[in-house]
Amino acid sequence: MATKTELTDPELAGVEIDGVTRGAFILRGALAASAIYGTSTVGPFVSSALAAGDGGDVAILNFALTLEYLESAFYKKALGLHLSSETRQFAQTFGDDETQHVAALQKAIQSLGGKPGAKPTFSFPITDEKSFLTLAQKLEDTGVEAYNGAGPKIKSKKILAAAGSIVQIEGRHAAIIRILNGAFPAPHTFDRTANAAQVAARIAPLIKGQPPHSPPRFTG
Amino acid sequence: MNDSATPMAMGPEPQEPAVSRLTRDDHARRRFLKMVGSGGAGAFALLAAAYGSTSAAAAPPPASSKSATAAAGGDLAIVNYALTLEYVEAEFYAKAIDSGIFKNTRFAKYSDVLKRFGHQENEHVVALKHVAKTLGTPAAKPTTDFSKVFAKGPAAVAGLAANVENLGAAAYLGQAPRIHSREILAAALSIHTVEARHAAALNLVVGNGITGKAAAHKAGGKPPAKYFGILPTGAFADPDTMATVLALAGQFIVKS
Repeated sequence: MATKTELTDPELAGVEIDGVTRGAFILRGALAASAIYGTSTVGPFVSSALAAGDGGDVAILNFALTLEYLESAFYKKALGLHLSSETRQFAQTFGDDETQHVAALQKAIQSLGGKPGAKPTFSFPITDEKSFLTLAQKLEDTGVEAYNGAGPKIKSKKILAAAGSIVQIEGRHAAIIRILNGAFPAPHTFDRTANAAQVAARIAPLIKGQPPHSPPRFTG
Repeated sequence: MNDSATPMAMGPEPQEPAVSRLTRDDHARRRFLKMVGSGGAGAFALLAAAYGSTSAAAAPPPASSKSATAAAGGDLAIVNYALTLEYVEAEFYAKAIDSGIFKNTRFAKYSDVLKRFGHQENEHVVALKHVAKTLGTPAAKPTTDFSKVFAKGPAAVAGLAANVENLGAAAYLGQAPRIHSREILAAALSIHTVEARHAAALNLVVGNGITGKAAAHKAGGKPPAKYFGILPTGAFADPDTMATVLALAGQFIVKS
């Protein structure tokens, strides 16, 4: 739930944060994202953790956990598709990484006295290597944006270090997937950020039981 | 973006190896050039205002002016450290490209990619210099000397490119928890993952594991520890300390 301290700063409220292409505005977006990042829009899969936890770092980690559950499940599904041996190797490795991220985040949440959110059921519209790689690129780039958006809001230095250690790997994943797609690995000179609402909107269509176009739910 | 004329092979046919696809991307190139051409003034003015202004809106409220000064001093040291590393990276790319060392080698096809990475590092230099100015005096541009590596040939130079990026990523990761200003942290994080992207791509080019493991030393003919020794392995990246990074990068900085 959004607390007063996490509500949009009035001066930054008007800052546009999506659709930018200039390196300059990425930092501006980072400022805006860090100011308005809140726990207000995370939906049912995080609300149980919010009820128990302190908001703050636990909420951030639980949101990250949802993304890692998603990525882990996504790569697992991909392995059931017909993939080239090189792509398969990356899908296996990246999926293993995401599974380790899940475990690390669950542990971190528990160490803060919070409750890790439950794993949602996902539905990935991927049928072949091309559709897998297309969605993989979106998901990995989204992961980078989500972690970078959340980073400045993390209170604990130890948790920030852990999140940084994970996001660097997501950046590496993103670069490789882009290369597999024939795309430039670092499309932005300064990587963008996304806030919880934006990320939730992007992944909602992949979560079963969540209507794809419903507005983000406010839990408090 | 996929070239729609040559769709991704879906059956058991052999596929163009991933690393080759790094070299073809006209759409992204045009977008990239458009982006690189854009100025950085807007956000940095905002950042400067956030850090230096009396507006309560964006600046973090300091407990006391003394702690605020200490925080700014600490952040300046970190920003100048990052700036120094970015200068080293930018210089390295410029020299690698100017040298023509990759001509007629298997690395030749990556020239465009290396140029673009170098442009990005140049933008990082500009950005960090601006941030440093809001806090105090920016670090001077160092004089670099990579001649020992160039003397070893193109594979060593390519290997160094990968190592430098891996080192840069580890450097940013090591500093993130030490940065006081939330705005500067946001900036550092936005650069950190770009270094990671560069590192992963170059790891692929030189034949390292995607996180820089193992085969790195083959490219330079030396084990990684000879250069940097910080190659993330597996699911979690490793940070590195300022002292270690500066000692390693310092090999290429000419002491004045």
